[in-house]
Amino acid sequence: MNEKDLKALELDLLLESIQRRYGYDFRHYAQASLKRRVASMVNLLSLEHISEIIPQILRDDSVCNDFLRVMSITVTEMFRDPDFYALIRTKVVPYLKTYPALKIWHAGCATGEEVYSMAVILKEEGLYQRTQIYATDFNNESLDVAKAGIYPLDRMRLFMDNHNRSGTTSSLTEYYTADDDSARMSDALRENITFANHNLVTDGVFGEMNLILCRNVLIYFDKMLQNRVLNLFRDSLSHRGFLCLGSKESLEFSPVAQEFEAVSRHERIFQKRGLPKASSLAGGRGGD
Amino acid sequence: MIETVVIGVSAGGLKALTAILPSLPADFGLSLVILQHVRSGSGRFLCEHFNRICAIAVKDATDKAYLEQGTAYIAPAGYHLLVEDETTLALSTEPPVCFARPSIDVLFETAAEVFEDRVAGVILTGANSDGAQGLAAIKAAGGLAIVQDPKTAESPTMPRAAIKATKTDHILTLQEIAFFLCELSEAKGDLKSCTNPNGANNVV
Ligand SMILES: C[S@@+](CC[C@H](N)C(=O)[O-])C[C@H]1O[C@@H](n2cnc3c(N)ncnc32)[C@H](O)[C@@H]1O
Repeated sequence: MNEKDLKALELDLLLESIQRRYGYDFRHYAQASLKRRVASMVNLLSLEHISEIIPQILRDDSVCNDFLRVMSITVTEMFRDPDFYALIRTKVVPYLKTYPALKIWHAGCATGEEVYSMAVILKEEGLYQRTQIYATDFNNESLDVAKAGIYPLDRMRLFMDNHNRSGTTSSLTEYYTADDDSARMSDALRENITFANHNLVTDGVFGEMNLILCRNVLIYFDKMLQNRVLNLFRDSLSHRGFLCLGSKESLEFSPVAQEFEAVSRHERIFQKRGLPKASSLAGGRGGD
Repeated sequence: MIETVVIGVSAGGLKALTAILPSLPADFGLSLVILQHVRSGSGRFLCEHFNRICAIAVKDATDKAYLEQGTAYIAPAGYHLLVEDETTLALSTEPPVCFARPSIDVLFETAAEVFEDRVAGVILTGANSDGAQGLAAIKAAGGLAIVQDPKTAESPTMPRAAIKATKTDHILTLQEIAFFLCELSEAKGDLKSCTNPNGANNVV
């Protein structure tokens, strides 16, 4: 067996060990990035081969936690891609305003910046009071940071610039309090947010959502797993619900693509198609 | 047989790429992956610019994009670009590597891992040393290492670092690189039927 095949075997055995011992299933994560991160884990533990992680991880949960930390890439910011948020205001908010009550799900919310960004938009657009927000991730450490809603003050400059470019009329300073080195998101923003652990690979539907944001999470999955998770989103969305992906992610590799129409192809905002009515078969205009 | 070409470029990249990409024919037989360090947001401009002036198709490298011959994929700003498998690209937001995201090293190392001796790595002008490790990885996996002649580069640091890091196969001007890529495509990736572009007087 050559070195490459041997490494692949070691990786398979490691992922199976983790799945059977702890229930976390990384077997359908995208290979190239997965391999790099497993290599960094080998370094972190000062080992030589991937297979040497196995005995340690089986017997020691703290090694599993290290592995989760290495696997969970938490890079995020408030109003990441300001153009995306500007389109949420102009294309999605008017639609949401027609509903008396709303549910929004942030899947893979990491440390929460995206959740508070959306909460600010809901406040600014007068939708917050009628909205229940669910923010989930499979990384509890990130969820703790998200719940606390406290960010380094030196990040706020960037967050404010992004917010200003999102088509706002207010100032972000209205939504946090600052001390010497940190900024704390206001309680008015958190009231309607529920943070919870949810693993997109192994957990299922938990409510009927009007809007799902899952940004920069699917890039870590292979096409098969992307498809499965997109099916989960389809099943979790209400009639004509919206799905937002990261700006470089796409639906096109999954058959569920047919069940969505693009609100903005460029910013990856999609809306579930209405069920075709009998009349629309006779030449009615389908979709938008 | 070379199947794909990965190009890494930084400061001075727009001019350098403009000297290469428009020379490639519409039926170019290899796939091309291009990583130019850019400020976030300006990636789309590159794509539109090159689409206007090139015969080959130029696309934004989106997640899980399918690698096709005759097409150049441009790395988006703010993400690492990786070769996932022989037909697929992937993105990631792992932390910057040596201050760069996208990182040329990450792209080249994953290309080497997947394609082994079927990839050519090209390092052009740039004011840092990103890509040197990656080009060494391509070389170590049996691939081809090409570097722009530092004397002709707007910023010679990146080509110099690459030359220092590995035994490069060819050190060429931009025009020679364009010519070599066309020849490689005509030879269907078979290096043996390409003339040695270094000639006699350009050996390191
Ligand atoms: C790069 S962050 C995205 C943060 C935010 N959505 C954004 O776009 O800025 C990716 C997140 O996906 C989470 N993630 C990865 N695999 C997951 C899974 N199987 N279930 C739930 N979350 C997952 C990671 O823990 C990480 O917090």
